[in-house]
Amino acid sequence: MTLPIKGASIIKAFEDAGIQSIVALPDIVTCDTVLWPLSSNPNFMFIPVCKEDEGVSICASLSYCGQRALLLIQHTGFLDSINAIRAIAVEYQLPVVMVVGLQGSDPDTHPNQSEKIGIRVLGPICDALELRYAFITDEESAISIVEMIEVAFENSSPCAIFLPNSPV
Amino acid sequence: MMKRDQALQVLARYYPDGIAVAVYQTAFDWIRIRPHDLNYLCTGAMGQASSHGLGLALGAPDEKIVVLDGDGSLLMNLGSLVTVANMAPRNFFHFVSQNNMYEVNGKYPIPGATTIKFDQMAIAAGYRYAFSFYDIGQFNSEIERILNLEGPLLVCMHIEPGEFYPLDYVTLHSEQTRAIFRDALKSRLQSQLQE
Repeated sequence: MTLPIKGASIIKAFEDAGIQSIVALPDIVTCDTVLWPLSSNPNFMFIPVCKEDEGVSICASLSYCGQRALLLIQHTGFLDSINAIRAIAVEYQLPVVMVVGLQGSDPDTHPNQSEKIGIRVLGPICDALELRYAFITDEESAISIVEMIEVAFENSSPCAIFLPNSPV
Repeated sequence: MMKRDQALQVLARYYPDGIAVAVYQTAFDWIRIRPHDLNYLCTGAMGQASSHGLGLALGAPDEKIVVLDGDGSLLMNLGSLVTVANMAPRNFFHFVSQNNMYEVNGKYPIPGATTIKFDQMAIAAGYRYAFSFYDIGQFNSEIERILNLEGPLLVCMHIEPGEFYPLDYVTLHSEQTRAIFRDALKSRLQSQLQE
């Protein structure tokens, strides 16, 4: 039996991957167990933004300074930011790491089969953009968060880590 | 009203060697007026200059960051005024070229062209200072003092086109431009560490 991923494991994965800054806009999936603890964690510089595409640019420009930043948002904000993601993250090949909560996702249905258009298009959009992504649900997958972030910064390439369910 | 290239020439005189994030027509003028490896030109999507500038300001806190924004561009990312003010980087200097139009997109007027006040917006958002200039002489006499203030601050430059500079989109989006900036910034930051 798989255990649902813990918020604490996600935060540890960020620390293990050397993340220094969290750029964020609240998302109901990650707010209680990831965002609130992160916002008071002294190991990270916390940068709240008003709109998600700001965060794409902030993460990108921090990377020029040799810093590892991560954007924590909701899937609606991901969709709203597609042009910034396309231009800044994908075309410029910059290490923009996005951790995205899927608000309204059915835990028993794979996101690609979701009855909600906004959720089932996420995978195909990433495929079309040639943007590396993964759906993370269980505790055993926490290690793959570290791996995805490491690859992003080693190869200077973006990635999206989708969280369909609220971490516990 | 100031000619944009004249205003940028004044700015370049007092800011010859620092990091500058520039967009669209202002960028086309700027890279001819002040060619420099620390010009950050690849902002990717319209409206994002201030956000790129904020990342640089936070990532390189000992460097001054000048953002050369446009009025139509800033209107696409007004929330960034609040984001910047909230983080309050003292090294963030936000210049807005206000010509009340989308100059490289058909010269169509921006919404609110006759009423908008970017300096007041910046103060309301929480910027430490904001200024507005229509006269090149006044701009010339005050810019040095302004560049020695603590940010975040905004300078609205009410401008009209000056001399024509080529629309060099290739430079604005090229991998080479990004690589040059990346190397120059790395070198600058390393030299700071050694001091």
